[in-house]
Order: sequence, then C-alpha cells, then structure tokens
Amino acid sequence: MTRPLSHTAHEDAPLSAAKNPNPVAAGNELAPLHGDVLIGRSVTINRPRGELYSFWRDFKNLPQFMHNVHSVTIQDQIHSHWIIEAPGGKTVEWDSEITQDEPGRLIAWQSLEGASVRNSGRVEFLNSPDDRGTVVRVTLTYDPPAGAVGKLIARLFQKEPKVQARQDLRRFKQLMETGEIATARPPDAAPRA
Amino acid sequence: MRALTWHGKHDVRVDTVPDPEIVNPRDAIIKITSTAICGSDLHLYDHTIPTMKAGDVLGHEFMGEVVEVGRGNSRLKVGQRVVVPFVIACGQCFFCQQQQFAACDNSNPAETADMSEFLYGYPMTGAFGYSHLTGGYAGGQAEYVRVPYSDVGPIVIPDGIEDEKVLFLSDILPTGWMAAENCDIKPTDTVAVWGCGPVGLFAVQSAFALGAHRVIAIDHYPHRLDLAKSMGAEVINFEEVNVREALVEMTGGIGPDACIDAVGMESHGVTADSVMDKVKAAVKLVTDETHGLRQVIIACRKGGKISIPGVYGGVTDKFPIGALMEKGLSVKSGQTHVQKYMPQLLKLILEGKLDTTFLISHRMSLEEAPTGYKMFKERQNEVTKVVLKPHLETRH
Repeated sequence: MTRPLSHTAHEDAPLSAAKNPNPVAAGNELAPLHGDVLIGRSVTINRPRGELYSFWRDFKNLPQFMHNVHSVTIQDQIHSHWIIEAPGGKTVEWDSEITQDEPGRLIAWQSLEGASVRNSGRVEFLNSPDDRGTVVRVTLTYDPPAGAVGKLIARLFQKEPKVQARQDLRRFKQLMETGEIATARPPDAAPRA
Repeated sequence: MRALTWHGKHDVRVDTVPDPEIVNPRDAIIKITSTAICGSDLHLYDHTIPTMKAGDVLGHEFMGEVVEVGRGNSRLKVGQRVVVPFVIACGQCFFCQQQQFAACDNSNPAETADMSEFLYGYPMTGAFGYSHLTGGYAGGQAEYVRVPYSDVGPIVIPDGIEDEKVLFLSDILPTGWMAAENCDIKPTDTVAVWGCGPVGLFAVQSAFALGAHRVIAIDHYPHRLDLAKSMGAEVINFEEVNVREALVEMTGGIGPDACIDAVGMESHGVTADSVMDKVKAAVKLVTDETHGLRQVIIACRKGGKISIPGVYGGVTDKFPIGALMEKGLSVKSGQTHVQKYMPQLLKLILEGKLDTTFLISHRMSLEEAPTGYKMFKERQNEVTKVVLKPHLETRH
C-alpha cells in the first residue's frame, strides 16, 4: 500500500512522513509532481471505492469539503477553473488540467501555465486491506513562485496547506459516511450576549 | 434563551444567548427539562481543561422534549422525551459500527479536531459543552440544545417515568457501568473503587450487579462513604488509614483483583507526591495530578485489572510504570460509549433493578446554577449531585 522511498531500499514508510522530504528523490512515482511543499495524507472511509471516486471526479463537488475553494468551473473533460479564497477577502484563481484518470482508482491534476501558485495533486482510492472500506490517499505539492508578490501569495498557502489538506480530508470522510459536515457553529453566528 | 456560560476560572454565569437552530439535516432541537452538573464540569470550572472560550455553554448531562427535527432524521418525532448521550456519535464510521461511540471519527468538526490530534495522536470525538477540544458544541445547561446525528444518540423514554429516574443515562450511570465492565469481573473478585462521587458510586452499584463478590470503596467524605456502604460496599477513609495496607489486610494479603480510578485529574492527597503534583501543576510542568492513580496501581494485586473512568487530559509525572509492568497489570480506560449501554441500563431502571435518584442532593432552577457549581465544588460531603430545571421558576 505505501510506496518505499526510492533512495533507501529498506523503508516501507511513505515519503510524506520523511523527516527531510525531497519529492524529486522519489523519482518517477511522483512525476509530474514537483515543488517544495509536499503533503501526503490518508483516510479510511467506510464507503465503496467507486462512490468516492465519482464524487471527487466531479470537481464541482470539491468546494463542499474543501472550504478554501470557492468554486470549480468545469470547462471540458480535463480542464477546470479554480477560484480559491485567501485571507483578507481576496481570491486567487488558476486553470487546472487532469493528467491521469483511472476510474475508481486514481485522479491526478496539475495547474496550467500562469497559475499564481503552481500546484499538483493526486488522489488514490484503494480497497482497505482490512475490509474497512476505502483508503483515500491524497498527495499534494505546492511550488511557490519567486519574487515579493509571489512570496506573499505563497505564504498564504504555505502556512497552512498541510492543515488545509488534513481538514479537507476529514470533511470528505464526514460527508461520505454521514451525509453531513460536522459543525458546532450556528448558521449565522451572532455575537454572544 | 438562558444558558449557563463559562467566563473564566470559578466564573460561570447565566446569560441570554441565541436559541439553537437546525444546521444539518440530522439535527434535532431539544427543550431541556432536566440537566445535571457533572464532576468533570468542575475541571472546566477550575480551568484545568484548556481551549475554553468566554461564552461557551456548559452541560453534558441533559434530557428533554424534542421540539424540532431536521429533514434528515427519520427516527425521532416532535414531542418525544429523550435522554441524550454526552458523546456525539455519527453511527456510520468504523468506531461507531463497533459500538465504540466515544471514539467516533466524524463528530468533531474538522477545524477543532486538529487540537486533540496534536495532543493525543488522533482526533477525539465531539461532545457537548466540554471545550473546543471536543468541538466547541454548546452544552445542555440551558433551555434548548442542538443535537447532531439525533437519529443515533438520543434514547426515547416511555411516559410515566419521571426525569430523575433516567437523567443519568446521559453520562454517569453508563460511565460507572462501563468502568465496572472494564474490570472483567469474576464471581470471586474483590473490586476496589477510588472516589465515591457519582461515577464511583455507580461503579460500586454496577460492580455488584456484574457479580463482584466484594466491593471496597475509598474516599474521605463521610456522607459519600455512607452512600457506598448503603450499597453494600466496605469503606475506607483515606484520611484515617493507609489505603494500601488496609486493602492488603482486607484481602488476606492478596490485594484487590480489580481497581477502579473514579477520581481523575484533580486528585487531592496530602502525601509528598501529591504536593509535588500541585507544585508542578501550578507552574504547568504537569497538567494532571495522579496521586489517586498512583495509589491504584500500587494497591492492585499482581496480574490484576485497572479500570480508569476518571477524566484525564494531559500528562503527569512520576507514573509508576515499573509497578504496572512488574506486576503484570491490565489497564482499560476511556470515555464512555454511552449509546452502547443506554438500552440495557434503561431496561434495568424500568425493571426497578437500578436506582439513580438516591444520588440527587439538590435541585434548583437554571438561574441558580452558578450557586450550584460553587456548592458542588466546595461542599462535596453533602452535595452529591445537583440537578437543574431550566424551565422552573426561581423561588426566593
């Protein structure tokens, strides 16, 4: 289930858990992923693999559990336009294309030229070996651009991409298993008396 | 609506806050008829549990009438009277499916789950009125409460049985039961219970119900020891005697077979190690005082069973890991899987085999709740359990 680090032959742990992660060292397995920030996270969801793949593959659904994604507009079979909410009410946008699509098993995507923060990701859907449903494994990379403006934008994401991915996956699991996203906040949180 | 809110150490107030609303399809809104103050609420009152925010509504032992249900709930009906478990469980995750409801994967919102994942390795379940570690859900010491996954948790109570007979199904009765069940009691067993608060007393009652041969209860409040004695337990006052020596002698030199720590993280003692705890806790080197738990581990017989329902949150010092290992002890612990135990315990209550009303020492309106907290904290001998009635007029 987990891929060995290619440069140490005796390690079963995933690259994302490495103390000094170097995505490039992972070689072809993570291509075409590139970038400085590597996030990898798995969650087991008590639903069939096909159902989870189908929900994720319809990228219009993603804002339901990716809370910093304002919207995803589908342009054609493989192209989509993403609008991301950034702190301070700003938005960041980019175009993305699907680079790999194996129904029921794998979706990989990457941002196109001109993206303010280059990023790529893949989500894999694997049968849980312990018969507990589906293991959903998400790997993301972010490649912050050089330059002052770029660094500012990048900081908005670099501060939190690992946190964001973790929370997004939790919400995906909640939505798929229970039909809802758990929240303790009232719909329009009013200031307390 | 009116609600009991937290504002700092030893500062709880009854404020007017917005009424809860249906947010998710499986929610229900309950109009609360009875709610209690829990021993673990005192950890919030003393501010030994982190992540509290001013204005948080407390209370996790409550029951009442269903006044609204979301469109996704096909089980509960408006007008039914229900007792609500203090842990929030979705019913569909791996843990809920195994009846480990207090380990539910989904009920802690994604944003707050980070904190317990960081502290404990994996995120804790959501619960009512118990800090943002458990999701920051508004609790039930209030007139109304929003109950998520209401098709899973709440148990319907038949007409004709008063609130006080069933209220403790929400937390302390299943907690005492699970604590005793975790002792894996054999018919010849002697079970020792540290702490004769409500959970300890229910653990005593449950241990006998599960077939223990003898139960020995340990505390220092005479009234609480009397209550344990009235259930058939032998009692030890830890201020008068050396507990370990007493237990050794009372068990013919063997030691108790199973030991229950119903004391938890604010354990008070007058020995060197408990003084060290207090000092270290004051300067935040440790978070939990474990004088009681240390005593439990030392006093338990070799190869014995330890059961820990007492609430702990952080880390402790001078933990007798050597004693635990060299004596080959087994340890079971955890927040209570309330949903698992409610049906069988309700049945025992309806059959008259379990009584919970003996515990209630004080009843008051919600408006008097801050006084209730103060009394429960300061006069633990005569105040055994405070029950609040949110829709009762304050009498002067």
